[in-house]
Amino acid sequence: MDAERRQLLDRLVALQFTAVELQLYLDTHPDDQRALADFNATVQDMAGVRELYESRYGPLLSYGFSSSPRSWRWVEEPWPWQT
Amino acid sequence: MWVYEKALLYPVRVTRPDPRLAKAIITQYGGPDGELAASLRYLTQRYTMPIPQAIATLTDIGTEELAHMEIVAALVWHLIRDASLEELTAAGMGTYYADHDRALYFIDGNGARWTAAYIASKGDPVADLHENMAAEQKARATYERLIDLSDDPDATDVLRWLREREVVHFQRFGETLNLVHEYLSRRRVF
Repeated sequence: MDAERRQLLDRLVALQFTAVELQLYLDTHPDDQRALADFNATVQDMAGVRELYESRYGPLLSYGFSSSPRSWRWVEEPWPWQT
Repeated sequence: MWVYEKALLYPVRVTRPDPRLAKAIITQYGGPDGELAASLRYLTQRYTMPIPQAIATLTDIGTEELAHMEIVAALVWHLIRDASLEELTAAGMGTYYADHDRALYFIDGNGARWTAAYIASKGDPVADLHENMAAEQKARATYERLIDLSDDPDATDVLRWLREREVVHFQRFGETLNLVHEYLSRRRVF
């Protein structure tokens, strides 16, 4: 995996982790408007980075949550434990 | 349902084989306080939780633990994949090699297979949430000992992150327990 791809994936994973952390917090603080705004902003940022990553390197999500234009790139390596 | 994302929730960049460390870390894959046990414990307890916040918390932490299981698997894999037979044997993994070669398997650090006896599902939300808070503390303690055993900074970095997640989950389960207590006391009044 080249440096540019690695950097983009790291950005996505950082946002993904932010979303996980905010989601757990919101489960026990569903009325916290600031956390909710942070969560929704993270979702938007993630969508942009994911779209860019997937357009270059293929789908990240299975079962129809990512499309695969032109060819079936899901089978391409590396898998997460191969990098 | 669950959707797979082709990325680790935290990057694993271990490059040096270290089967001695792998033999210890594998307990967080298939041991009593490991990530498989954690995930299945929370996901199976969801059905008898009395309030929606508790169901959501168990669903989401149970799902995060599956992602942790994949991180621990990647960590163990990187530590044994390029180890020679001599290195595996010297690290006490010769018997593991006989049964599994370098495949991943759900065992603890002493080779005991994963068992459903590691998890509880009592059907009582207060008992189950206390079980989960204890489980998070036991996992935290295990990660601290694994950090003590590690002299690989890349492995230590991942172990520190996993340890920190146990602390956060403990906090969230504590808040969930408070919400359940509030719900139970309200129900008694009316």
